Amino acid sequence: MVRVDGKGSGSLVEIRDLDKKYYRGGEEIDVLRGLNLDVAKGEFVAFMGPSGSGKTTLLNLIGGLDAPSSGSVRIAGEEISALKSRKLAAWRARHIGFIFQMYNLIPVLTAYQNVQLPLLLTKLSKAERRKHVEGALELVGLSDRMHHYPRQLSGGQEQRAAIARAIVADPTILLCDEPTGDLDRASGDEILNIISRLSKEFEKTVFLVTHDPVAAKRASTILHLDKGTLLERTSDGPFASQGEDAAR
Amino acid sequence: MKYLHLILVNLKRKKIRTALTAGSFLAALFLFGLLMTIKTALGSGVDVASANRVVVRNRVSLIMPLPIAYQEQIRQIPHVEEATFATWFGGYYQEMKNFFPNYAIDPETYLSVYPEYRFDEEEWKAFVDDRQACIISPPLVDRFKFKIGDRVPLEGTIWAGTWEFNVRAVYDVKQREMMTSELWFQYPYLEERRPFFKGTVGWYVVKVDDPASAVTVAQQIDDRFANSPYETKTETEKAFAASFANQIGNIKLLILSIGSVVFFTLLLVTGNSMAIAVRERTGELAVMKTVGFTDISILSLVMAESLLVAAVGGGAGLALAKLFTLAGDPTGGMLAYFYLRGEDVVLGIVLALAAGAVAGFLPAMGAMRLKIVTALRRV
Repeated sequence: MVRVDGKGSGSLVEIRDLDKKYYRGGEEIDVLRGLNLDVAKGEFVAFMGPSGSGKTTLLNLIGGLDAPSSGSVRIAGEEISALKSRKLAAWRARHIGFIFQMYNLIPVLTAYQNVQLPLLLTKLSKAERRKHVEGALELVGLSDRMHHYPRQLSGGQEQRAAIARAIVADPTILLCDEPTGDLDRASGDEILNIISRLSKEFEKTVFLVTHDPVAAKRASTILHLDKGTLLERTSDGPFASQGEDAAR
Repeated sequence: MKYLHLILVNLKRKKIRTALTAGSFLAALFLFGLLMTIKTALGSGVDVASANRVVVRNRVSLIMPLPIAYQEQIRQIPHVEEATFATWFGGYYQEMKNFFPNYAIDPETYLSVYPEYRFDEEEWKAFVDDRQACIISPPLVDRFKFKIGDRVPLEGTIWAGTWEFNVRAVYDVKQREMMTSELWFQYPYLEERRPFFKGTVGWYVVKVDDPASAVTVAQQIDDRFANSPYETKTETEKAFAASFANQIGNIKLLILSIGSVVFFTLLLVTGNSMAIAVRERTGELAVMKTVGFTDISILSLVMAESLLVAAVGGGAGLALAKLFTLAGDPTGGMLAYFYLRGEDVVLGIVLALAAGAVAGFLPAMGAMRLKIVTALRRV
């Protein structure tokens, strides 16, 4: 279930009256205005919209990377905008996996070591960490390249390593910020196949920011951001604006 | 330990920069080690000075003599156990560069006042029985390969001519700090040959029965010889040794000044290196925060890098300094106790770590305060 009217309840993600303002050169910029969103567990939601419409900002707010100017972001019943830095970091480690457009792997670490990074924060033993890392790399089809450095991998392989890093700690939510934006169509399709599989088979709740309508079609729900508010449509349906009863 | 690999790979990513930063710690701590060794060597006389000895010298200057007749008069003063004397000879062996302290002593009283010097009884007896005998310290044995039975000629600088001495004894000491590069010979031999200053000595060393009476005894000695042609200045052995060392200058201030400049420069060099290292990794640090690293863990990782460079570089510098000092006194006798003490090594490590911590703190704070969203935007 995905709703943008603020009338849902008990969803995994509950966003209410979310405002986000930036100040640039003394000017106030309203990026998000009174945004509401309810997303149930296992949903695959794509955010589309023009540049500067607030897609990445919304993703950052859901992931606890940024704080809202007002409103609330509740994930699994927890108000994350109220969490202090230390608790928020721990919460992120437990619940959120990030996939970036530019992969953001650490160049001096091998694929294995990059994927292992979130697990260093846990109390898992070295052997347990190895089991998790190898499992994640196998899932993305990178077992044979696990000891290669990012510079020794293709763009698609780097992104697969980044996905493995995002899922290795078994997070509830995957936040994907234009994960195919820097890849050719074939590599992009491979990445989208993996993300779709994570949503369908492993019931990960996925938020995908993209400019690519083909990529967006992989999502069960496409939400358009325009002037700081959300418009919803299904993969093949019409838009319904925020405020209308858009529940399906 | 699971983070050690992260710290090491970050240090290895710019090997030359890391090596140069560690090298600056190495150079600074090597210098620190040498300065502390020199300070210790120059202050060793002060450190081992006895609280129950006072030194009597001519009020005008140390180079002006005192009458030998004072010995008996000093002995009469209450609380004085014994009074011995010595006279600076100032000779050199073969060449001026081979200079080492040498002076004439009173063989009858010297050991009563300086019981800390140890001798083989036979050797001491041989020294006493031979008017031309001399006693040498182990550093001279090492330096010139002198041995018992050798005849050592010294060129006189105050009393000209070649003076020959028979090596009859090598002394040992209780404390390593007392080890100096010296030659002693019999006062009667000096008195017999020298053409002037006859009947005089360079200074007296007086042993008192109780350290608490040292100041009183000193005052009584000076009062006893006041208004005489040879007025005295008496002070505790520690004060005497300190004033002797200070003739070279305020060593502590000098070392502190050099050390401060070196460490300040070290802070700038290391701080700059760490700041660049953090700036280059802004995006990576943001990613680490994104996956759950806390602000404190990021701060700790950056600090650990700085501390590791400081520990490795500083440790290597101190190890080199230690090796250097193990080769012995490089001055040929001026710094006979040329030894880097354990407590100075510990102090050096503490200073290196402190410099590493201070230098790494601001860059680490910058990394800790990094806003993830802002940093990711820069990637």
